[in-house]
Amino acid sequence: MLLTIRSLTKTFPGTKALDGVRFDLRAGEVHALLGENGAGKSTLIKCLTGAYRPDAGEIRLDGQPIAPRSTSEAQELGIGTVYQEVNLLPNLTVAQNLCFGREPRRFGMVSSREMKRMAQDMLSGYGIDVDVSRDLGTYSVAIQQIVAIARAVALSGKVLILDEPTASLDAREVEMLFDVVRGLRDRGLGIVFVTHFLDQVFALSDRITVLRNGCHIVTEDTAALDRVRLIEHMLGRALEDEVEHRAVDHGVAGPVKPEMLAFDAMSRRGVVEPFDLRIAKGEVVGLAGLLGSGRTESAELLFGIRGTTTGTARDEVGPVRIDSPRAAIAAGFGFAPEDRKTDGIVADLSIRENIALALQARRGWARPVSRTEQARLAETYIKRLDIRTSDAEKAVGELSGGNQQKVVLARWLAMNPRFLILDEPTRGIDVGAHAEILRLIHELTAEGMSLLVISSELDELIAVSDRVIVVRDRAHVAELTGADVTTETVVRAIADHGREEVA
Amino acid sequence: MNPRLYPLYATIGIFLFACLVCYIQFPFMASTRVLGNLLTDNAYLGIVAVGMTIVILSGGIDLSVGSVIAFSGVFIAVMLRDSGLPAPVIMALLLVVTTLFGAAMGGLIHALAMPPFIVTLAGMFLARGAAYMLTIDSVPIVDPFYDRLQDAYYLMPGKGRLTLIGVLMLASVAVGMIVAHRTRFGASVFALGGGVQTARLMGVRVGRTTVGIYAFSGFMAGLSGIVFSVYTGSGYPLATVGTELTAIAAVVIGGTLLTGGSGFVFGTLIGVMTMGLIQTYIVFDGSLSSWWTKIVIGGLLLLFIVLQKGLLRLTTTRLASPQAGAPV
Repeated sequence: MLLTIRSLTKTFPGTKALDGVRFDLRAGEVHALLGENGAGKSTLIKCLTGAYRPDAGEIRLDGQPIAPRSTSEAQELGIGTVYQEVNLLPNLTVAQNLCFGREPRRFGMVSSREMKRMAQDMLSGYGIDVDVSRDLGTYSVAIQQIVAIARAVALSGKVLILDEPTASLDAREVEMLFDVVRGLRDRGLGIVFVTHFLDQVFALSDRITVLRNGCHIVTEDTAALDRVRLIEHMLGRALEDEVEHRAVDHGVAGPVKPEMLAFDAMSRRGVVEPFDLRIAKGEVVGLAGLLGSGRTESAELLFGIRGTTTGTARDEVGPVRIDSPRAAIAAGFGFAPEDRKTDGIVADLSIRENIALALQARRGWARPVSRTEQARLAETYIKRLDIRTSDAEKAVGELSGGNQQKVVLARWLAMNPRFLILDEPTRGIDVGAHAEILRLIHELTAEGMSLLVISSELDELIAVSDRVIVVRDRAHVAELTGADVTTETVVRAIADHGREEVA
Repeated sequence: MNPRLYPLYATIGIFLFACLVCYIQFPFMASTRVLGNLLTDNAYLGIVAVGMTIVILSGGIDLSVGSVIAFSGVFIAVMLRDSGLPAPVIMALLLVVTTLFGAAMGGLIHALAMPPFIVTLAGMFLARGAAYMLTIDSVPIVDPFYDRLQDAYYLMPGKGRLTLIGVLMLASVAVGMIVAHRTRFGASVFALGGGVQTARLMGVRVGRTTVGIYAFSGFMAGLSGIVFSVYTGSGYPLATVGTELTAIAAVVIGGTLLTGGSGFVFGTLIGVMTMGLIQTYIVFDGSLSSWWTKIVIGGLLLLFIVLQKGLLRLTTTRLASPQAGAPV
């Protein structure tokens, strides 16, 4: 055993983040560490990397007990970490990033030629071709991630922890990263892999450990686990709920819902080709397509974030002005963006303030939403959406990803919009919150709200949508309804280049 | 060509262009006399701007330096008049004081997690106030050592005087270049400018580096104060008001990103020279008001800010395109 953890316990005021957790890592394996948000994954990792000190328990590396007190100490012991957000400096060169802290020196001065050679050596065997004297920031996130891995491996070399390394990569980049990880595994490193993407777990890992509520639930060979059982372990309950949803909608066409919004020939030159979109009351329209196909851009046109070159919008009454987000909000639209950390939440404001934000914006500064009303709103939505927090005054930045997403949703729900756009509503969210958000989508449509949902996870998109529009190469290329909405048809429409049926 | 060097090239290009304009208008300006004066007149500014470059590279700002220069002059003049200590001792003492002053500001910035703007603003008032405490008058410096410093120069071919303080400025730039680009401390400075959190994770000792940065700036401000006192031969508490802003302008015109993390000490020298050249041009012209210097500097600053923004946008759009950094 390369790394053994026994009865590790860490308590925070009010919660027991880790409760007697055990974990083993062999040399030459990829070990997936799974669990919902709040299960204790990140606490465990922080104990390993020295960010936290465990209250009790034992960590042994190569049989020797260790107690790292800082990231650098953990690195010296042989434990390196790569995080979801690349923790390197984009303003330094690739070489500087790789060699940071151990720059080769001659006569007390850093020798850039030596450093360049050292960096090239470190990157050899990773199958990427980069000019190490360029700024790291000029390369794609995937390359940056691989550089981060190279640095972590060179610095530590025994245990590599990958904390959601694929969250902002597309499929091709993920494959590239996996090749690198497999290469490292074959070189005998022990790799801990944390992710929310179950596909990736099955594609890459040799063994799986599941944590729940700070406790160790199960450790098993990946080959011996199937997806349903894995999710059951993670949630601690059977999955009937979720499966049920899938069976519901399609097959029979329900009663025709009255049309509420009509967008005609919406386009922006060089961004999205003209498209028409009709949305009925209480309808969920799914937008499927590959990353960069124009999904998000379409949504941004509808919400006035990007100006349109052509296009009009109207509702039952008459034309609707949506040339800016302000106008769109006034028209009763809402938009929960893909990148909630930068575009969705105001991390330093409290949950209450975040929820009241859009409502206040619509009212204007002259008519403040009173403190009691804000508190009431916050209370209502914390309860309704099951936002897990100690109280409404907590800064949103301190919440987990799933709960942040719920706050963003709450903000829009507080305004009672008629048309809500959800861009990747379940990205980076654990399975439990995932199911809750899907359930919420159903609830909202039942109340008559119309939704446009964008998601990379086809199963999920198909489960919630009445209708799926497929976007490819910046154009809306297909519309699937009723029984046609299946994974197969959607995938075919995304992949299909010959047949052009414009929606 | 490496895009990280674009701002430096732009700086050098503008400087060469300015030289050309000056030469065409006044061919006499291409002499070692003008060069010598340019170096001498801007020596104090160049030195303090080197310290400012390091501070700005780290993402900070040091507003105290102008006051520290004034304090230095007054401190030296009053000490020479009253204490009877030899001038070199007083200078060494002064450098210790200003370095500690800078270090203390750095320590506060780190310990209280305060914005450098506020802490150094307080430092600015403090140093200016301390200068007034010492004297409210302009105190002339009468000292044989000073006379020797003032008369120390190397006569370049063409009768230009390369003064000691001019050389000191060039030496400061060289030291600054080595510190910023060739040491681990310098790498830490750039790292802080790129992001404090990330820098910490990469193993930068944030506190130590922050203290070091402001101590360095304090030292440079003290040195600049000495040079200024040599240059003017007196100490006056109202001197060099606003010099910190001129230094910041020189740094930005020199191609350093005001938000930190990217730039060159050598560019700062070019920035100082460009600003000096404009001044010289106006002197040569004779009919222009010297306020035109400020106007041109304002224009240049604006140009550089726009340029940097444009470069930033260029790199981000390229990042967004999927082909960037594709594997082979």
